[in-house]
Amino acid sequence: MKHKTFLWFILPSATAMLLFIALPIVSVLIQSVYAPHEQVIREVESCNVFGCTKSTIIDVEATRALSEGAPMGRFVGAGIFTDRSHLATDEIAEIWSASPGVGAFLSRVMNLPFYGALAFTLTYTAFVTPLSILLGFAIALSVNAIPRLLRGPAIFFSLLPMIVTPLVGALILFWMVDARGILGAVLQSMSGDPDLSIKASTPLMWIMLIVYGVWASAPFAFVVYYAGLQTVPQDTLESAMIDGATRWQRLRFVIIPHLLPLTTFLLLIKIMDNFRVFEPIVSFNAGAHAKSLSYFIYSDLSSTNQLLSSAAATSVLTILGIVVLLSPVIIRTWKSFGRTA
Amino acid sequence: MTKSIRGLALSALLGTTMFAGAAYADCGISAGKVSIIGNDFPAIHTVVNAAAGCATGAVEVKSNLTADHQKLNAPGMTANPAEYTSAVVASSSIVPLMSAGLIRPLDELIAAHGADIPKSQLITIDGKVMAVAFMANAQHLFYRKDLLEAAGVAAPATYDELLAAAEKIRAGGMATPFCSTYKAGWNLGEEFVNTYLGLGGDFFKPGTAEPAINNENGVAALELMKALTGYMSPDYLTFDSNIATAEYEAGNCALMTLWGSRAGALMDGKDSAPGVAENTVAAAAPSAGGNSFPATTLWWDGWTVATNISDEDAVATFLAMKAGTAPSILTADTMGQAVWLLDGYTPSPEAQGISASIAGGARPYPMEPYMGAMHTALGDNIADFLAGKEDAAQALADIEAAYVTAAKESGFLQ
Repeated sequence: MKHKTFLWFILPSATAMLLFIALPIVSVLIQSVYAPHEQVIREVESCNVFGCTKSTIIDVEATRALSEGAPMGRFVGAGIFTDRSHLATDEIAEIWSASPGVGAFLSRVMNLPFYGALAFTLTYTAFVTPLSILLGFAIALSVNAIPRLLRGPAIFFSLLPMIVTPLVGALILFWMVDARGILGAVLQSMSGDPDLSIKASTPLMWIMLIVYGVWASAPFAFVVYYAGLQTVPQDTLESAMIDGATRWQRLRFVIIPHLLPLTTFLLLIKIMDNFRVFEPIVSFNAGAHAKSLSYFIYSDLSSTNQLLSSAAATSVLTILGIVVLLSPVIIRTWKSFGRTA
Repeated sequence: MTKSIRGLALSALLGTTMFAGAAYADCGISAGKVSIIGNDFPAIHTVVNAAAGCATGAVEVKSNLTADHQKLNAPGMTANPAEYTSAVVASSSIVPLMSAGLIRPLDELIAAHGADIPKSQLITIDGKVMAVAFMANAQHLFYRKDLLEAAGVAAPATYDELLAAAEKIRAGGMATPFCSTYKAGWNLGEEFVNTYLGLGGDFFKPGTAEPAINNENGVAALELMKALTGYMSPDYLTFDSNIATAEYEAGNCALMTLWGSRAGALMDGKDSAPGVAENTVAAAAPSAGGNSFPATTLWWDGWTVATNISDEDAVATFLAMKAGTAPSILTADTMGQAVWLLDGYTPSPEAQGISASIAGGARPYPMEPYMGAMHTALGDNIADFLAGKEDAAQALADIEAAYVTAAKESGFLQ
């Protein structure tokens, strides 16, 4: 393709990406280095139906005068990024000098909100990404092996988790694992502990969120692999069979190498998706046990005092996190393209 | 013919948000636009429907009642002219609007058009009337009188008595006798606010935004909350008002602290297991730590008038909301919907809990502009203590640290 033709070809999508992806990221970056102005407060008496009390209010006039001078707010630089809700540099230094060992240091670091959330987000990504890809591959292989007549229904049922709205799917599981739900009650009677509840235990809650994540995202890997399996060259397979290759050897040396580019694609998509885990935490009311980076952004924005700068800083850190996680895969793809070109 | 079809199409188009105004009550409004945003529960519907009766050919009244009102009201009132001319707010949700200067003082409007509004309804801040309250709300105790009688205990008036009663009821075979709203986040924060204020604590050093909860009252509040969780379902950290209501209606708990505005639904017998609704009694919130007043916070709901609207719309809004909260809205149907602060209100059994909590001298919810940041910090940091992952001192230190971080970002602290 000529360069000029290519340019015209990608112009619409490049414009859309600039407008809806690049510009918002720039705006979030700017937002994250500014914070609201100092609030001028004064003590007043407020009276209502329950009586009068001393209280403080914001001096609207004085605060407005401040913000009219500089409508962006106070420039704080990296101040939001290093505060206790984010990278907590001061707190980490303090904990490091006060902790006797690495174990104590780590447990105190996990008590800081950002690192606790990062720990869950990374654990979730580390488990759900490979498990959902493996499960999707296994489903695709089995569906591909059954008689043609049964494939339609099998595909439909395998896709169900993706068809069901995430919130509804999560709610169904949420009720099943309730202390009075079917799975919760089975767990209690099996362990003989009436106080054991998935919703009350942090490790069990993490496991449940991971199981839900695998259940909900395996169908995507299945669809991609199933489509890929239809393109496996039959003559290569047949010649392998003539050469006496076992089923396992055909899988290992023909099918898996053929599907490798798809696996790279799935890895990229799934790492991005899983690093932004959010809905299951909301629908499982799991906020007490597991917080993710996206959940942080949500709670900053939905509290009575909206913390826009804090939410912006967390967004920037999330983007950086995704870039770091994706870089090995992207570098690999880049290198292999370089080789073929 | 064309005209009437056009009118029909127009009214169908606007039907979702605009009221037909069948009553055409004379509210004394000559012209103007009234647009109300507020929470979505029956008492507010009653008020807004009555205000909509003021609609005429020259007066447009529309409303947006939604549980998400707090996220919409400030952006909608920041524009000039504002999308909403009136926000129906509660004790806490008035603060962000007032801090941003989005609601106007009502003194002039009251002098000109509202001399008959009782003084007790006026919310006065720094000498200026900022809102007109029409109902009160509070979390308080509900109990099953049949189960308490069977266990041989009297209705608990203090949290110590409540713990003793729960122990006896559990001995009788009910595994989780106590229900409450301990869902991590806002609900859990609110439980701490109730308990801590009930113990006599204060959240801030007087006149400043400096936190002051890391003290013996804070520890006592956390310990009391933890003692209560021993009698709750192990899933308590996921319990919000809806789940607590369902558990109670299913007959799974004998004692519960919940919002008074839920009393009607709990005691109407719909969706309840047999024997639950008719044995339910609403009582004052228990007191804590030997104090004589109930350990709960009092909330009011009231209406405001936006700053960024024309004076004509402001007068129209004031008169429409005044008509919406006139004593005449109280009928046999609406009387039980809330604890109305209007003349002519007679309390029903459902209202006993709130009335008794007010009479007992419970404290109002704090109105400091940085209380929202404190509430969020509480809601995010208590669960670790309740789950046994850290001690009370560490939890309180975490709360203060989280609050200070948020307050610094918002500009309340240096």
